[in-house]
Amino acid sequence: MGEPQLCDISVSGRQGINFPQPDVPLASFPEGFIREDLPMPELSELDVIRHYTRLSQLNYSIDTGYYPLGSCTMKYNPKINEETARYPGFAFTHPLQPIETVQGNLALMYTLQEWLKEIGGFAGMTLQPAAGAHGELTGVLIIRSYHRSRADNKRDKILIPDSAHGTNPATSAMSGLRVVEIKSDSRGNVDLDALRQECDDTLAGLMLTNPNTLGLFDEHVEEVIRLVHAAGGLVYGDGANLNALLGIIRPGDVGFDVMHFNLHKTFSTPHGGGGPGSGPVGVAAHLVDFLPAPVVGIIEEGDQEMPPLYGFITPSKSIGRMKSFHGHFGMLVRAYTYISMHGGPGLRKIAEHAVLNANYLLALIKGTYHLPYDRLCMHEFVVEGQWPDAPEIHALDISKRLMDYKFHPPTNYFPLIVHEALMVEPTETESKETLDAFAEALIKIADEAHHDPTLLKEAPHVTPVGRLDEVKAAKELVLCCGVATVDK
Amino acid sequence: MKIPSTLKYTESNEWINLEGKTGTIGISDYAQDQLSDIVFAEVIVNEGDILKKGDSIATIESVKAAADVYTPVSGKVISVNEDLGRAPEVINTDPYGAAWIIKIELNTPGETNSLMDAAAYEKFVQEQQ
Amino acid sequence: MFIPHTSADRAAMLRAVGIEKLDDLFKDVPAKYRFPTLNLPPALSEMEVSRELQDISLANESVHDLVCFLGAGVYNHYIPAAVDAIIRRGEFLTAYTPYQPELSQGTLQVIFEYQSNVAALTGMEVCNASHYDGATAVAEAVNMAYANFRGKRTKIILSPAVNPQYRQTVRTYAEGSPVVLVGDDPQSDLKANPDSLIPLIDVDTALIVVQYPDFFGRIYDYTKLAEAAHAMGALVAVSVNPIALGLLKAPGYMNADIVTGEGQPLGIPLSYGGPYLGLFATRKEYVRKMAGRLTGETVDNRGQRAYVLTLTAREQHIRREKATSNICTNQGLMALASTVYMSLLGKNGLRQVAELCFHKAHYAAQAITNLSGYSIWSSTPFFNEFVIQTPTPVSEINDLLLDHDILGGYDLSQDYSDLSRHMLIAVTEMNTREEIDRLVEVLSEVSNG
Repeated sequence: MGEPQLCDISVSGRQGINFPQPDVPLASFPEGFIREDLPMPELSELDVIRHYTRLSQLNYSIDTGYYPLGSCTMKYNPKINEETARYPGFAFTHPLQPIETVQGNLALMYTLQEWLKEIGGFAGMTLQPAAGAHGELTGVLIIRSYHRSRADNKRDKILIPDSAHGTNPATSAMSGLRVVEIKSDSRGNVDLDALRQECDDTLAGLMLTNPNTLGLFDEHVEEVIRLVHAAGGLVYGDGANLNALLGIIRPGDVGFDVMHFNLHKTFSTPHGGGGPGSGPVGVAAHLVDFLPAPVVGIIEEGDQEMPPLYGFITPSKSIGRMKSFHGHFGMLVRAYTYISMHGGPGLRKIAEHAVLNANYLLALIKGTYHLPYDRLCMHEFVVEGQWPDAPEIHALDISKRLMDYKFHPPTNYFPLIVHEALMVEPTETESKETLDAFAEALIKIADEAHHDPTLLKEAPHVTPVGRLDEVKAAKELVLCCGVATVDK
Repeated sequence: MKIPSTLKYTESNEWINLEGKTGTIGISDYAQDQLSDIVFAEVIVNEGDILKKGDSIATIESVKAAADVYTPVSGKVISVNEDLGRAPEVINTDPYGAAWIIKIELNTPGETNSLMDAAAYEKFVQEQQ
Repeated sequence: MFIPHTSADRAAMLRAVGIEKLDDLFKDVPAKYRFPTLNLPPALSEMEVSRELQDISLANESVHDLVCFLGAGVYNHYIPAAVDAIIRRGEFLTAYTPYQPELSQGTLQVIFEYQSNVAALTGMEVCNASHYDGATAVAEAVNMAYANFRGKRTKIILSPAVNPQYRQTVRTYAEGSPVVLVGDDPQSDLKANPDSLIPLIDVDTALIVVQYPDFFGRIYDYTKLAEAAHAMGALVAVSVNPIALGLLKAPGYMNADIVTGEGQPLGIPLSYGGPYLGLFATRKEYVRKMAGRLTGETVDNRGQRAYVLTLTAREQHIRREKATSNICTNQGLMALASTVYMSLLGKNGLRQVAELCFHKAHYAAQAITNLSGYSIWSSTPFFNEFVIQTPTPVSEINDLLLDHDILGGYDLSQDYSDLSRHMLIAVTEMNTREEIDRLVEVLSEVSNG
């Protein structure tokens, strides 16, 4: 049974929270500006709590189950993060307060900048971007601005591997650059010949996810970067898969010029049902001046007696502002907390166990699911969700059947270069028992696919709702409770 | 997979029915099958517009994909299928008939030489699969 | 801690994979750069990290320590206890994006209700699942307008009374786009009625952007402006403070085509800059041009009403370089917070809060007008923010206010060269009469001394 909508349970006259009467004389309202009607629900606090608590119970979440979602890094979100982010000194500070009153916040941001620089091997860092895609836009705008600052205006081409996440080409298009796709070779690396052909004086840069969305570390990454640099281009790193590299390699050391981090993936800040994220961007020395404004810096050096005075700095060739204020501070506190609890060796342990988990899970199911690129994977891998001798079954059916086994499906149909792709990323916080159970479910489903395919076709059976009519949703667009009419 | 022999085809899966200097354009049966249930279609050119070969003439959306439709020839738009927006599912059910997108008056001789005939298109489709 | 593996687990797993040790997993990583030592402080236990973060937080003064009259885009409003109780639930907090609807009906119905509430509040027909904040929402409105005209119109008119940070963000986003931004040059007459922008509207105009209440707190009726824009075929976007809409006529009723806004006042903490909530609503005819996620109602194969992300073909993961925007993440948890807030307050509570803000702000303004050396900058009606002219530089006044544990208003000289010695003061339901009286008293110290 579904949960009613707010407009179904609203009762005229109810109110969930009351406020004091005005303690000042009443001013007169400006004529013609007061709204006649406010068609909002009317509920008691108990109504609200029950409604949303029941809705929460319809959700799958990390707190209730395993998410093998490739490239999402659905690791456990530590509860201590929720405590520290809520300390009043953090949660109740206004972003425009005088810097003298928020030195704690600024020191935290400065330190986090330094830590992320250290982890990624970068010379400069901005904490401003709100999410991964926002970080990508920041990075690509920096690349564009860099070339223009050197009057290198022919450079309008961005190369993107065919395995890339959709945000990469969308970001490039938003920046006014043209996108050229580079194919992958048979081992899942960037095809060097294809790359060489595009390395000319119109090359602005290459956007590279490494390890890539196949979970593979590019075996020629140094050569790829060298080729792009030799042609005068810059290399952008999509840091979505950084979980495999913490303490293993620093992208800046290998030559990445700019990279975004996903705090909501690698650094355990919660996904919140779709956000908020946080996408800091690290840059090499030659790009530091182009960072978006403002960046946190030291305004006055400290000494034995006094800590430094932190404040905001506008880099000399800044691309400008990417959003209001200076970043998703609440998520920065969580990431700071997380890194504090790990230290250098702890971060390396994360990468080791993320990659171990992925390879272990792969070893368990490799015989049952086809692996298009038979190499040691990093923190994730991609298998095909189809069998030549069960042509009716698609990745989608396997995914829906997994729900009956109480697992969230892996990422479907991505990357585009694998047919019926199932992208699996266990993360380091899942135990061997969970992985064993997941592998067992996948193997059972493979068997069902061959002997009793209806079980897959009609799945899921045990979830609160079954398969949804997405065509109806798109054609008969109902996007609001009832139908929102605009009464003039 | 229907591929009428009277039509010409492109690698982006449009068909064109050439009658003298007039061409009628739509998307092929293979294309609509790839898109699956179509939920939205919009013709983005108007009568009288002068188009170059390769210009975008329509956007088609299904639940899982979106596709742009391009004109295979240059010319002037003579008429536009007004019904497509109202009933986009006709692209799935009648891709070569009621789902025509625009009619165009060709203005550049020689362009039609590079189009595929039915046999060539059939081969092309098989290679995609 | 967070990694559950025992040495027995590791040994069994290494065996299954067929390698000897963990390092062997990384043979593809170039040896020259492999296994760097990260120069980070040693790991802290939870107990230690809790203490350390507390100490850092105590090196700040918050709006619990200082009486807050600072606004300029985000505001100190009361957050009901029920909001945090709901957003802390692990089923919401740790859930993924609802791409698998069968496992995400909670999140999906929340977004649906959020869309409904924001549409009703703004007087618009459809609303998306949110953008990052008020600034990027305006940037996306510009993108949307440009895409709507397929590049045939490139002029975007920005009122100078739109939040300066929003206009800066639009300018950054506009790099690499052919759009031309006009209307807000430093010589603009800030006291002019927004209708003075009408002469700028022509057939090359894609969009005109205004704010309600504007950055200076003033309220204007944009109906005439919208009419003029529509006569030229251009679109109108209005950026709002949603709390004001509890009392004031919504832009949907002024014929706005797009309504954006900063949703932070709706139950989201100040949190030193974010995360916040970008509101974005429009008319049904533009729904396909709108970026961002959308939840729609449908049925499942058992005949039950259910919710699903819809019109996803517009989004980056399908359209790729042809998408209107690259946006992937929304502000899911913040949208949930605001939906709980709006549901809890409801029609009457939202009105109540808005009225409290209005009356208290007008009480403050009236008292300050009576001080010698100070004046109210504009006689235009306002909601809960207003600009005062000060006898000495705003920074000096704010220093004095801080000595009295008061967080003064925003120094407008930072953004408007014509407005040195002008302070933007915000008053909310959180400010008591005593606090307002104290503000006025300290301000009077300056005019007298």
